[in-house]
Amino acid sequence: MRSKRSLLLIGAIPAVFLGYFFIYPVLTILYTGLVPDGQIATSAFSEALTSPTVRGIAWFTLWQALLSTLLTVAIGLPIAYVFARYRFPGRSLLRSLTLVPFVLPTIVVGVAFLALVGPGSPFGVNLRGTIWAILIAHVFYNLAIVIRGVGAFWEQVDPHLEDAARILGAGRFRVFRTITLPLLRPAILSSAALVFLFSFTSFGVILVLGDLRHTTLEVEIWRQATAFLRLDLAAALAVLQLIGVTVLLVLYGKARNRRAAELTLRPPSEVARAPRTTGEWAVVASTLCMLAIIVVTPLAVLIWRSLSTPDGLGLSNYAHLFNPPRATAVFVSPTDAITNTLQFAVPAVLIASGIGLLAATVIVSASGRSSRVFDTVLMLPLGTSAVTIGFGFLVALDQPIDLRASILLVPVAHALVAIPFVVRSTVPVMESIQHRLREAAAVLGASPRRAWREVDLPLITRALAVAAMFAFAISVGEFGATSFIARPATATIPVAIFRLLGRPGTFGEAMAMSVILMAIVAVAALGIEAVRGTRSGGV
Amino acid sequence: MKGLRLSVAVTVVALVGAACASSESTPDEVVLMTHGSFVVSEGVLEAFTDETGVPVTVLQSADAGTMVNQAILTKDNPIADVLYGIDNTFLSRAIAEDLFLPYQAANIDVAPESLRISGDQVTPIDYGDVCVNLDPVGLEDRGLGLPESLADLADPAYRGLFVVEDPSTSSPGLAFLLATISVFGEEGEYPWQAYWGDLMANEVQIVPGWEQAYYGDFSGGSGEGERPAVVSYATSPVAEVYYSDLDAAPTSIIEDGCFRQIEYAGILSGTEAESTAQLLVDFLLARTFQEDIPLNMFVFPANEDAALPDVFVEYATVPANPVTMDPAAIEENRDRWLAEWATIVR
Repeated sequence: MRSKRSLLLIGAIPAVFLGYFFIYPVLTILYTGLVPDGQIATSAFSEALTSPTVRGIAWFTLWQALLSTLLTVAIGLPIAYVFARYRFPGRSLLRSLTLVPFVLPTIVVGVAFLALVGPGSPFGVNLRGTIWAILIAHVFYNLAIVIRGVGAFWEQVDPHLEDAARILGAGRFRVFRTITLPLLRPAILSSAALVFLFSFTSFGVILVLGDLRHTTLEVEIWRQATAFLRLDLAAALAVLQLIGVTVLLVLYGKARNRRAAELTLRPPSEVARAPRTTGEWAVVASTLCMLAIIVVTPLAVLIWRSLSTPDGLGLSNYAHLFNPPRATAVFVSPTDAITNTLQFAVPAVLIASGIGLLAATVIVSASGRSSRVFDTVLMLPLGTSAVTIGFGFLVALDQPIDLRASILLVPVAHALVAIPFVVRSTVPVMESIQHRLREAAAVLGASPRRAWREVDLPLITRALAVAAMFAFAISVGEFGATSFIARPATATIPVAIFRLLGRPGTFGEAMAMSVILMAIVAVAALGIEAVRGTRSGGV
Repeated sequence: MKGLRLSVAVTVVALVGAACASSESTPDEVVLMTHGSFVVSEGVLEAFTDETGVPVTVLQSADAGTMVNQAILTKDNPIADVLYGIDNTFLSRAIAEDLFLPYQAANIDVAPESLRISGDQVTPIDYGDVCVNLDPVGLEDRGLGLPESLADLADPAYRGLFVVEDPSTSSPGLAFLLATISVFGEEGEYPWQAYWGDLMANEVQIVPGWEQAYYGDFSGGSGEGERPAVVSYATSPVAEVYYSDLDAAPTSIIEDGCFRQIEYAGILSGTEAESTAQLLVDFLLARTFQEDIPLNMFVFPANEDAALPDVFVEYATVPANPVTMDPAAIEENRDRWLAEWATIVR
């Protein structure tokens, strides 16, 4: 459709952004680590490749990520189905809550998890130090990606297709396997790729719930760099991590590249309806129960902890946040922390949406290998260790303008992680938009630009809203880049939580601050949901 | 006419010269790089700005190891002027990397000899002791007395009651490992490896960070866990009193086998504001900043003239003979010790 030249122009912006803020810093730090004195440090490579410890870590990193992804998709699909197809009381609120885990600091979640399934478990289940604690935590964190990612697509799939098949005599499972699954395949693959990358580079969850036997390459890179000051070995491990991620992304690109089924997307309002039969109510109820156990219980533990005070339940932890009882006013107030957090989140969402959309347009319109390569490279920041990117910024971004300690770098770093979300949510929708729709518009004399604006854009907006929500959550919850560059006076909520957890005695306040963080994300998700609802009637 | 022109020219040159000179002596800002535990009261760093006219910008790394790496990576074109918070476990490496310009605070004499290092690379700013903290109530409920030494914790009577941090991911964890190496030694009948073997047999819990150990596993004070002994700081009981309405500390410490962490400040080589950086190091050791340290970071000021807050005077226990270790010895052996430790606990 689009001319090659205009595609190049559109692609130039994301390419330059990614080149300057990702490829260039990562190559520079890898070079610094691996070629310390003008000579390549082959010993670090051979150490990384021959050490049985490293091999064990690499193997564990891979299989726990695959297993986490499978589990998250298996649990997320029925929940996505219920949200897409049924209307029931509390639906928007519950769906908004699924986004909350995504932003919570792992230390806070770790404490909640250990309270539920640790040594003092009220259910008598002690999963501490087992792989299950890690897998469950990954499901807890990433479930929203599947629920929202697949759900956003599912809720626009015409249920009449399935009805027709059933009328023709196909059983439920056969309908799912032969009709629904192929239609959802691009969306499921997209979400699975994101979940995989998050689990593959898991850091906080592993540190809090893992032990010496269960550790990922991401943790090992950090440990080698910071505890042993072995930049050469850290860089060699980072190369190993990058190779692993690239191989899996190429496989994913191959799977994705099989022609996507084109279908007419429907507005969600026409797809969802109230459950009618007892069976349908049972499906809805049992699915929501599962959601409650995995997502709501740990959140409830945190709320309960935030209300626990030496004198029974009360609001004193919250009161202390606004009005610190001690003379040393060391903590940023919640209102300031919220303002600071939003000051980073809003530009991060704008950058990620803009650049992600441009990139998605190129990926869908261009064909063949160049599109696949571009797509793969865009996903890489999610699969690259934070240490590599962070140190990369430090060694690379001092010329021509010194950005290394610039406040501008915070939303840029957040956008780097969020862009894959924008690309992955918009590409499946863009691909599924019937060519017929656009061709019809062209026959009627509309210019390609007008066809894009009036036909594609409203559908894409809905997908973009989901991606923007994740971009917002990524920025709001991010800690590493923000804590380094944010001044004490511009501390965000996660930075404030970290400080409160840094000493004995202010645990309750840290829990209260975490609940405030939960509330902000839930409110933002509800808000975007409302916007999405009013826009969706127009197609 | 000519004379006027000349005098104008001279004035211009003088003005430009003065402008240049003043831009050299008063930079726009002085940047202080430190770790994530750094906290300072409002108005304290502003006092430095009032004195010198230069605002202080703070860059905080998540942890000390990351901070040292960041400083090393940006050595040739530093992002900060002064590094504060590097402790004796990382100091040798930083000095070996030529990270610092030679300077010791003009007021260095206020710090006791025991905190200073040979050479003039860095100035001690604060110190604290990593000690085993105890929950007396939890121990009493089990009919146990307070353990008095590190060795007691390997006694089967205390099975399953102790939680420590992983020395490869946590700074108090490393301090505790170094304390055991110093107390039990590397050779002899009962070296540190044998002690750790007994700790493992006694079901010690190893967690990655202080937060999980203290809040997640420790049963005393604000801890929410089940174990009455944890590796924390000598001042943790003080913080417990300070942040609660209690009039006695709910936790106590074992005075045996505490490890002294000393934190230093140094001027990063490559700074373009050396003289201001020197003033900042002096300021960090002067009373205004020093007296603000205890209640924000729960460590002791290096300046002996600094007045301690009442809660420190009343509730802080300063171990009589803390373990100290030469930074060079730590640097030389750290990797080997960590590797050996890993084989014992795996």
